[in-house]
Amino acid sequence: MNTTIMLFLVQDGITNGAIYALLGLALVLVFAVTRVILIPQGEFVTYGALTYASLAAGQMPGTAKLALALGIGAFAFDLFEARKALHGRLVVRSFIANVVLPAIVLALTLSLAAQKPPVAICIALSLVIVAMIGLYLYRVAFQPLAHTSVLVLLIASVGVHLALQGLGLLFFGAEGQRGPAVLSGAFTAGALRFTGQSIAVYAITIAFIVALWLFFGLTLYGKALRATAVNRLGARLAGIRTTLSGQIAFLLASVIGALSGILIVPITTLYYDSGFLIGLKGFVAAIIGGLVSYPLTAVAALVVGIVEAFSSFYASNYKEVIVFMLLIPVLLLRSLAAPAVEEEKD
Amino acid sequence: MSTLLSVTDAHVAYGKVEAVRSVSLEVGTNEIVTIVGANGAGKTTLLSAIMGILPLKGRVAFAGQDLARLDIEDRVARGLGLVPEHRELFVTMNVEDNLELGAFRIEKSRAKSSIERVYALFPRLKERRKQLAGTLSGGEQQMLAMGRALMGEPKLLMLDEPSLGLAPIIVADIFRIVTELRAAGVSVLLVEQNAQAALKIADHAYVMELGEFVLSGKASDIAANERVAASYLGFQHEGASAI
Repeated sequence: MNTTIMLFLVQDGITNGAIYALLGLALVLVFAVTRVILIPQGEFVTYGALTYASLAAGQMPGTAKLALALGIGAFAFDLFEARKALHGRLVVRSFIANVVLPAIVLALTLSLAAQKPPVAICIALSLVIVAMIGLYLYRVAFQPLAHTSVLVLLIASVGVHLALQGLGLLFFGAEGQRGPAVLSGAFTAGALRFTGQSIAVYAITIAFIVALWLFFGLTLYGKALRATAVNRLGARLAGIRTTLSGQIAFLLASVIGALSGILIVPITTLYYDSGFLIGLKGFVAAIIGGLVSYPLTAVAALVVGIVEAFSSFYASNYKEVIVFMLLIPVLLLRSLAAPAVEEEKD
Repeated sequence: MSTLLSVTDAHVAYGKVEAVRSVSLEVGTNEIVTIVGANGAGKTTLLSAIMGILPLKGRVAFAGQDLARLDIEDRVARGLGLVPEHRELFVTMNVEDNLELGAFRIEKSRAKSSIERVYALFPRLKERRKQLAGTLSGGEQQMLAMGRALMGEPKLLMLDEPSLGLAPIIVADIFRIVTELRAAGVSVLLVEQNAQAALKIADHAYVMELGEFVLSGKASDIAANERVAASYLGFQHEGASAI
């Protein structure tokens, strides 16, 4: 192997690794705040990617309808929960957030889809649609289970993943899709060629990580989210609703997922079920970070990306196997470092 | 003096085991009420249930409102605060962030002046404001836990064993601050194993044994009660039996 190939592989690895980093961070965030191992993270990726690709191709994405359906479900849950003490203001607020908002977005999507809107509008619409799906999904599937064990939440998470994947097949069909580049053009530096898209991946990943860092470090809501992750009871005693923290976490995770999808879909063809494998690689990074450490997760994600790039060059048949094998030494080391594992009590 | 908290015929159970049985208590405005009793008497369980952490059978009213349907967070927003035995601080965050989060439900402008009040009560916290909560000493953590609860502008602050494991000089400090809180208009419901110190500052007291209140009355009367003196105050009057 010569240096040029190696540089290419590293570049490719970093581009993928940046995406895995975003996904890994979202997984760590959601787990820390809600104790949900977010398997449907991969579906947020495909939904974001394929909604974007459909819109850019002038087709109506079914995800906009799903958002409205889930929103109505969320509203019904809100009504049911508040049935004994119905507050007019609460009902109106829930109706606007859960029904009116997705209805407006659906109407917008319907009117815009046929005209092949410009890239920026496609991106914005896709992000909003998937963000709403993430938010309502939390209300419908996870908030009612918030007090249960990690295992129950994991089972629910698997169920949501399967349901969303099936719906993905229904919405987008079995054919793969590709979307237009977010940033077109390219330039070369020495032997390396940088496409506008890969620059967009780096820039958006870095911008997002910085934005998250500022959000968690400086804003009251960011701190409240961290507080919930550190000590749930403490947070509740400070008046911080765990449901609010859960909503913010899911909102962030779905936006991150959709954004990752939009960044990948111009580079590789995505199918309705591609998200799972992409999400799993973010998950590998998150596990290496112990599901708690954000910096470790980001670094691990870059390693995963680079290992994947090299293994697809040397042994492309085994590339997934090699990536997932990274987990074994890490888990071994972690189990040696923490021999006593306490069963969760709550 | 009007009633702030009233608990009527409360039962709290862990599965089939009833840890608190048929307990009724009242806390008025500007009052320190203490519940004393041995380890395992059900004091912590009772406080947790009043806060909404554990399910409670019976009636709990706060400032004239039934709390049954309110979550912990809403009870906090209505002015009920709890400093739990284990303090439940945000250990990986600094002192200032911990305090700021205590005012999560309070308007930002008011939170600013609250934090100055808390620093005035606990000057040590101001010195340590950039330090991570997990690296504070036990006494400082207790101060931070109380400070965080005070940031939520509670009308009633429930303190669960604030003196546990602390050096006597710090315990004295904390009890002094509890009396200052009463002067500032915050009622306190104090659960303590250190009955002597608690009874000294309290207005009213309840004695809890095996999940039930066995005695109640003015704190000074309870302190003078021979049975209480024998079991909780660490000295025995002549002729008194040790329950």
